[in-house]
Amino acid sequence: MSFPAVLILEDGSLIEGTGFGAKEISVGEIVFNTSISGYQEIITDPSYAKQIIAFTHPHIGNTGINDEDNESDSIFASGIVIKDLPNHYSNWRATQSLESFLKSKKTIGISNINTRALTAKLRDHGSLKACISPGDKSSLSTAQKALNDFSGLEGLDLAKKVSTKNSFSWEEGTWPNYQEVKDDKLIVAIDFGVKKNILRLLRKYVGKVQVVNAQISFEELMKHKPDGVFLSNGPGDPEPCDYAIRLIQQLLDINMPIFGICLGHQLLALSGGCKTYKMKFGHHGANHPVQDLHSKIVYITSQNHGFAVDLSSLPTNIEPSHISLFDESLQGIIFKDKPAFSFQGHPEASPGPHELEELFIKFNSMIDYHAKKN
Amino acid sequence: MPKRTDIKSVLIIGAGPIIIGQACEFDYSGAQACKALKAEGFRVILVNSNPATIMTDPLLADATYIEPIHWKSIEQIIAKELPDALLPTMGGQTGLNTALTLAKEGVLKKYNVELIGASREAIDKAEDRELFDKTMKGIGIETPRSGIAHSMEEALIVQEDLGFPCIIRPSFTLGGSGGGVAYNIQEFKEICEKGLDLSPTTELLIDESLLGWKEYELEVVRDKNDNCIIICSIENLDPMGVHTGDSITVAPAQTLTDKEYQVLRDQSFKILREIGVETGGSNVQFGINPENGRVVVIEMNPRVSRSSALASKATGFPIAKVAALLSVGFTLDELQNDITNGLTPASFEPSIDYIVTKIPKFAFEKFPQANDRLTTQMKSVGEVMGIGRTFQESLQKALQSLEEDLHGFENIIDNSSDQNETLRYQLTFAGSKRILYVAEAIRLGWDAEKINQLTGIDFWFLHQIIDLIDEENILQDTKLNEIDFDKMLNLKKKGFADRRIADLISSSTKEVRDFRKKLGVTPSFKRVDTCAAEFATETAYMYSAYEGECESRPTNNKKVIVLGSGPNRIGQGIEFDYCCVHASFALQEEGYESIMINCNPETVSTDYDTSNRLYFEPITEEKVLDIIDLEKPEGVIIQFGGQTPLKLSEVLLSNNVKILGTDVDAIDRSEDRKRFQSLAHQLNLRQPPNSTVKNLKEALKVSEEIGFPIVVRPSYVLGGRAMELVHTQVELEKYLKEAVEVSDKKPILLDGYLTDAIEVDVDVISDGKDIEIGGILQHIEQAGIHSGDSACSLPPYSLSEIVIKEIEKQAKKIAAELNVIGLMNIQFAVQDNNVFIIEVNPRASRTVPFISKCLGESLVKSATKIMVGKTLKGISFSNLLPKNYFFVKEAVLPFDKFPAVDPILGPEMKSTGEVMGIGSSFGEAYAKAQRAANKIFPDSGLAFVSVKESDKKYLPNLVPLLLEQGFSLIATRGTANAIKELGHDAQIINKVTEGRPHIVDELLNNRVNILINTTEGRQSIEDSASIRRTALQNKLFCVTTIFGAFAILEAMSTSSDDWIYNSLQEIN
Repeated sequence: MSFPAVLILEDGSLIEGTGFGAKEISVGEIVFNTSISGYQEIITDPSYAKQIIAFTHPHIGNTGINDEDNESDSIFASGIVIKDLPNHYSNWRATQSLESFLKSKKTIGISNINTRALTAKLRDHGSLKACISPGDKSSLSTAQKALNDFSGLEGLDLAKKVSTKNSFSWEEGTWPNYQEVKDDKLIVAIDFGVKKNILRLLRKYVGKVQVVNAQISFEELMKHKPDGVFLSNGPGDPEPCDYAIRLIQQLLDINMPIFGICLGHQLLALSGGCKTYKMKFGHHGANHPVQDLHSKIVYITSQNHGFAVDLSSLPTNIEPSHISLFDESLQGIIFKDKPAFSFQGHPEASPGPHELEELFIKFNSMIDYHAKKN
Repeated sequence: MPKRTDIKSVLIIGAGPIIIGQACEFDYSGAQACKALKAEGFRVILVNSNPATIMTDPLLADATYIEPIHWKSIEQIIAKELPDALLPTMGGQTGLNTALTLAKEGVLKKYNVELIGASREAIDKAEDRELFDKTMKGIGIETPRSGIAHSMEEALIVQEDLGFPCIIRPSFTLGGSGGGVAYNIQEFKEICEKGLDLSPTTELLIDESLLGWKEYELEVVRDKNDNCIIICSIENLDPMGVHTGDSITVAPAQTLTDKEYQVLRDQSFKILREIGVETGGSNVQFGINPENGRVVVIEMNPRVSRSSALASKATGFPIAKVAALLSVGFTLDELQNDITNGLTPASFEPSIDYIVTKIPKFAFEKFPQANDRLTTQMKSVGEVMGIGRTFQESLQKALQSLEEDLHGFENIIDNSSDQNETLRYQLTFAGSKRILYVAEAIRLGWDAEKINQLTGIDFWFLHQIIDLIDEENILQDTKLNEIDFDKMLNLKKKGFADRRIADLISSSTKEVRDFRKKLGVTPSFKRVDTCAAEFATETAYMYSAYEGECESRPTNNKKVIVLGSGPNRIGQGIEFDYCCVHASFALQEEGYESIMINCNPETVSTDYDTSNRLYFEPITEEKVLDIIDLEKPEGVIIQFGGQTPLKLSEVLLSNNVKILGTDVDAIDRSEDRKRFQSLAHQLNLRQPPNSTVKNLKEALKVSEEIGFPIVVRPSYVLGGRAMELVHTQVELEKYLKEAVEVSDKKPILLDGYLTDAIEVDVDVISDGKDIEIGGILQHIEQAGIHSGDSACSLPPYSLSEIVIKEIEKQAKKIAAELNVIGLMNIQFAVQDNNVFIIEVNPRASRTVPFISKCLGESLVKSATKIMVGKTLKGISFSNLLPKNYFFVKEAVLPFDKFPAVDPILGPEMKSTGEVMGIGSSFGEAYAKAQRAANKIFPDSGLAFVSVKESDKKYLPNLVPLLLEQGFSLIATRGTANAIKELGHDAQIINKVTEGRPHIVDELLNNRVNILINTTEGRQSIEDSASIRRTALQNKLFCVTTIFGAFAILEAMSTSSDDWIYNSLQEIN
């Protein structure tokens, strides 16, 4: 069931398109994602909270939605913007259409949008606040107001909003059979908006996984007797997450092995005294070259971040480990004096390349090494 | 780590002549490799036998050898040049196989040449089916269940295990040549027998059937630091069972989730690492079971391939260039992505925000006896690519690009009663037009389920086509003025051509176009930027779409548009791409901005850095006018792209577009028979008696006046399409009733056939004042054999000085009369020293690149400069051939791909490519051309001679030559008697129709070493076809013209040990 809809941008642009999914006004920061495959994983990634995702690939929805590829149980993104919603989906694993999935998750999508022009605009002007609204140009006052009321992502702590309320243990390994798991360690994964595939890979390469709320106290966390702590990805600005930064500092103080991804990386950096900043339009895609500064090997990585750690702010005890070859921004850090490292991109892929799964293995070895040393 | 400094010189092996399975994509890759390595300061030594290529332009390499791609010839070149390294991955299967042979023969070791790009072990592991299978199992990657057989007995054992249908593929053959699908034991035995024979290693891989599985290809690049990237994923719309070269393919893959795609990506890297492709590009093919997602790897090519050319054009990432640089030590992060102006490194994976669709082009009309169903053996001769913002748009643009009078999903089925039967057959057994039958099935109300069952085409694609047909159905009930802005925009977004809209609403293209423009619906052009607009680009590689901002940003420079030649086909191939590219180069040299329009992804002309600006678009009235509207060029060049641009001349003129060079009317004067006759008459030139007829009655009457034999053909065709030599009124009648359509609108040309005449091709260049001869080519085969299929020699090897002077005089007369500005090609026939004019084409011909290579000077560049105002004197044009050399061009024919076809030369062109032989005598040049064409001739043994009546007069000359060479003779009764009358001995053998044992038995018993078999008349040709077919299958050297026999005897008189090997740079 499609309906007329409009995309409004903070620069005043109004773009008419065709709405699908939930018929609800929605606001967020609009970002473009250049990944050709993996829309199901992308729209279910909690890191997209309060963001509207514009896909550059023209056909989105081709393979429908299946029961296996969600990265969370919900859609956190405010909406999606695409060029073409195909009239039919086709895949042996598909169980429903993208449209019905959006509807069931109360999310709006808008199609027939020139996402190439939109991408060029975001590239040139930087990310913008945006609103998708059902209806046509004549009925925009509510939508316009909603857009005006949206303050943007800067200074916004979204991690605590999307984090799990209850602590739970994660059991399954990776697709397709989920069977291969390790049991010899326990990792506490702090959920700032964690993607399922991270938990699966921790399970596969490291050990048992206990997922906990973002605002967990140090004492509460230590009750789990973790061998290592994982700092998850997540949405929003890292700076306001002072509770997390304090917690991480406490963990660093006791030399707890730590591995962080994305927002987790930024939080670890902030805990170590680095600074973060908001990027012009961020990195969102599955084709980003990232170089390991030590081995010089280039990895194609999955990326999804609008904030970054300032390379020039690194104190002497933190080394840069990876940089982006697209814009030379910092992509990974390693503590010289602590068992802690983190990565800005998404080694868990989903969607995207798998090459950096080795970081999970590295986390495992680091815990082993640390244990032996003590 | 930057480039290697221990290597100073690199030998590159090209792919040789254009054949089915290996087309201009390897000119594209080879040219890129040469340019890239030369720019890095390496001494580049190139060997390629194909003179029609850009890569063999003397400027591209330091030493260019147009020599046979045969290990013995290359050994000589290696001995002379002593290269440090050999790059074998740019010349297709030919390059790879030849490099492997050089390694096996110990040549590389002897001269200390290092294989770069792919090691011998890697090539072996990837190409040897058994080894590949074992290697894959070793790394836990599934391959189709299969078995290897080296004999029929082994094959039958394997088959029992796999059941039917099963797929048979011989090792080390081109384009899967000789393979096939067997549904029963009889088919199985037939295919295996042929395959065992064709495989140089007598090896077959027999696979479980994956018919109907989804098929994917990934283009992978790896550097020596083990950085791996995927350039592009390609999805075959036609599922497994149809060779990927014959499939419609779509990039990027559309019906895989990320999880599934990443499995293919991971496996591709694993495979490259295990095979050991350390640097460069490879292609990995997968099959996926659409029911459950089971993945098997089909094959990998450790080299640049046709698909890499497609992937390069589809993404803007220059795979061949990058692969060449990686092979000499660079790593991906050290190379820049040119398209983003070097802002980003080459170590990334392109993301594209459009869809490309490739559709292959076939030439079955040339080979009526051939099996025209698509199988695992490639049969297409060319391809087109359409770029669109959606699949629908790209698919319809690709259809429009084919030049098959398709403007979209044209109707193809007539209203006969057996429609359902026809559809069922056409959908089940894919032919070249299956996609159109899919549309017809939809029109007839067949549901997607049923069509999917029969074709295996994924539902996603089917529903996209269903939507287009729905749109057409609505349109049929619409009038032009009922179409509003939104409706029109929507149609254009879906890729509907103006012409298709016009046809559906019974309007005209012009009306629709005018109306569309009045509505304000015009295309905007988007850039191919490798990155889905994430970074800005200055590279002007563009495609049209109907959506928002136009990114074309035309300049105010003085500029000229060159119209390309579209898809490769028989009669119009790489020669014309060569011409277009040179025109573009010349324009740039003259300070013009050159703008190319073309739709063939295999070509150099569609490389983003060949012209200043590139529009990857169908060469149709609509698209070309749209671009002209936007660019407003000073003029358009249509002389160089063969028939493709010429077809647009009227439209261009009526739209007041300036056409550079010779007036379009000159084309009409030379192609319109009546006008041409009066031209010949006016200039006092002799033509063979000829006439144009519009019906059978006229034809029969005229034939009496002309006298038999007569050459008959439809007017306005290229490549001698449907041209035939008829000897009697009965044959003429049969031709007009069965072979062609004749009407007032479609007249037929009748030309008196000049028996035993020598044909001559002349290329002329003129600035309107001065006229110069570019070259005079003497054909080896007599007049009546299509000029494109004849071997020819420059300079002429047996024409007298007087005849040559006369030819020059006549050629110049014609050029002056037609006021040629640029190039013109004339065909003459010389009979008893009388010069007849056969045909005039005031445009570039397919001999132009060949002559340019001989002269060491590009005729096209000169012509282009003239077209923008220079004079012959001004550019110091010289037509002096290097002294003491003969250059022979030989045609390469695709008969081995069509076993049911009679491999006889005739007036209809059938060759796909050409090679050049260079020698100090005609014999040497001819001999090298034969080796280059992979026609290995014996120098003694048993010669079978059977010549037609009119050739018997040559026996007194021919027979002693054969005997002197060391042949003994076997002949059919008539010829044997004639030989005996000459006082020589010949064993008599039955014709096939005379009872057994007959000549075919002798051929099968491997007793005969060479065949000289000339014949005429439909019946005799049919009767003797099995001789030639058997000879072809058994790789026996077979000559079907008497002049060809003399030429090969002259070739035999040279010794390959004495052949000279000089580079073009040394020759000129």
